Amino acid sequence: MGDPVIQTENLTRKFGDFTAVDNISFDVKKGEIFGFLGANGAGKTTAIRMLTGLLTPTSGTASVSGHDVYTQAESIKKNIGYMSQKFSLYDDLTCEENIRFYGGIYGIPDKELKSKMEEVIESVGLKDVRNKLVRSLPLGWKQKLAFSIAILHNPRIVFLDEPTGGVDPVTRRQFWEKIYEVSNQGITVFVTTHYMDEAEYCDRISIMVDGRIDALGTPDALKQNYDTDSIEDVFIQLARSAERGDG
Amino acid sequence: MKSFSGFVIKEFKQIYRDKRTLTVLFGMPIIMLVLFGFAIRNEVTNAQIGILDLSKDEVTRTITQKLKASETFEVRAYLQTYEEVEGLFRQGNIKEVVVFEADFQEKLVREGVADVQVITDATDPNLANLVQSYTANIIRDYVRELNENENIQQAGITPQVRMMYNPELRSVNLFVPGLIAVILMLISALMTSISITREKELGNMEILLVSPLKPYHIIVGKVLPYLVLSIVNVITILVLAKFVFQVPFQGSYILFFTEAILFILTALALGVFISTAANNQQTAMMVSLAGLLLPTVLLSGFIFPVSSMPIPLQWISHVIPAKWFLIIVRGIMLKGSEFIFIWKETLILTGITLFFIILSLKKFKVRLQ
Repeated sequence: MGDPVIQTENLTRKFGDFTAVDNISFDVKKGEIFGFLGANGAGKTTAIRMLTGLLTPTSGTASVSGHDVYTQAESIKKNIGYMSQKFSLYDDLTCEENIRFYGGIYGIPDKELKSKMEEVIESVGLKDVRNKLVRSLPLGWKQKLAFSIAILHNPRIVFLDEPTGGVDPVTRRQFWEKIYEVSNQGITVFVTTHYMDEAEYCDRISIMVDGRIDALGTPDALKQNYDTDSIEDVFIQLARSAERGDG
Repeated sequence: MKSFSGFVIKEFKQIYRDKRTLTVLFGMPIIMLVLFGFAIRNEVTNAQIGILDLSKDEVTRTITQKLKASETFEVRAYLQTYEEVEGLFRQGNIKEVVVFEADFQEKLVREGVADVQVITDATDPNLANLVQSYTANIIRDYVRELNENENIQQAGITPQVRMMYNPELRSVNLFVPGLIAVILMLISALMTSISITREKELGNMEILLVSPLKPYHIIVGKVLPYLVLSIVNVITILVLAKFVFQVPFQGSYILFFTEAILFILTALALGVFISTAANNQQTAMMVSLAGLLLPTVLLSGFIFPVSSMPIPLQWISHVIPAKWFLIIVRGIMLKGSEFIFIWKETLILTGITLFFIILSLKKFKVRLQ
């Protein structure tokens, strides 16, 4: 664990009267797995979108990989990978074509892309279906492939927005093994999730309620602070105070 | 550059894989042209008419004969009295009744004037107008012939009418340029807007925006395949028009294709513009159809002449790109116009195109709202 790669200070985003993200401040260190928890509508996706340069903050400061989100969004883009909540592969392209396409738009040289392609196909286990349309793959495989593609260009940080939504427990487990592997390579993982068991796998977690970060720390520290033995209880205690409804 | 070419390859693959859309894209021009070419025509053939000949002399018989001989008419009924006329029209098949007054020939010879009454069923005003003027033409021709033979100098003024550029008044000649405009609008604008909004809807757009791809890469990459498809379609229409419908092509092909590409660019820019405003494919489709296709069909002069529209609609027609394109294409195809005659229209079209390109580039943001 080293220097912070993400730093935010009073980061805020309003949509009209509605404050989606309300003065959040936190640091994420290099190589860390940072869990970003919160109920639906708590502002997680908005926060991620600001950090990836998709949305301009209303106020506050934030830097990602040393670049300012207001002015250096283009430099940020080269250093991050992003897997969105919505499914991000092209259904009507094959696995290989998807890999080649994303490799292409990140400007990975042909030679490197070829070996990377084999690597990804090997590690996700797509050997038999590499030339099949992605449409025909089960969701779990698609998600694993999407993750591999998000880190294809060796980003310094990868943002995963609910990567395991709707995936079976076994595949989820495999997915987290992959996250650890990536983290061991020194890539910082910023992940949002609904699953409290997954929260326990993170190095540090933050819990968002109504656009604010109400709790931040290691899973153990949080459990101690709130005097329970599961993150789920911590979460429920915090979420009860929420004023925003579900969705 | 490499990332851009990868993007274009992906676009082509996606279009190619979507076989149903592909069939529509290439089938539509053919079907539309055949429909417009064969079914929808302004010229009249085999209109059923009735004759009420109260004179039954040599002249009236000859005129009747001439009407029968023309392809336009089919004499279906010979009436005896005036009272029958209305009943005949009520039945609905007869479009016109020609009435010769009694003692037609005698009057003609003696007084130099005889009356023919042409009664038409004007429930379909266009058709009524057409059959009426065809009939008048045939009678006038005959009278002229008569005069020449008998060396009688006819008093008064006889107009010499000449229909230039489309002497047979074939409607397919008129429709082809319009069809090119409609099809280009449909394919370029509609397909582009749908294809961009699909990326938005499926969430791929977010990934593209987070990637180092520049917005103009995305726009140009999206637009390029449809530019190619549209050009293929233009060629299809031209070939069909020339070899199936014998539509003349008087002007320069190079000029024609340059102007066609300009119009395709207009349509593509409009498509991109729509997609920046619409968030899903349905909206994009509705806006393209209602906002682009309808004006292109109705207000461009494709079917209804602009000059006979009410003044406010004429103003609106000025901002419809297809109107200018139609003037250009009709000029090139039917009149053989050179650039010097259509530079004004070209300039206006270029202006509209640039306006929408700049507008959509501005509106197409790297960031979400």
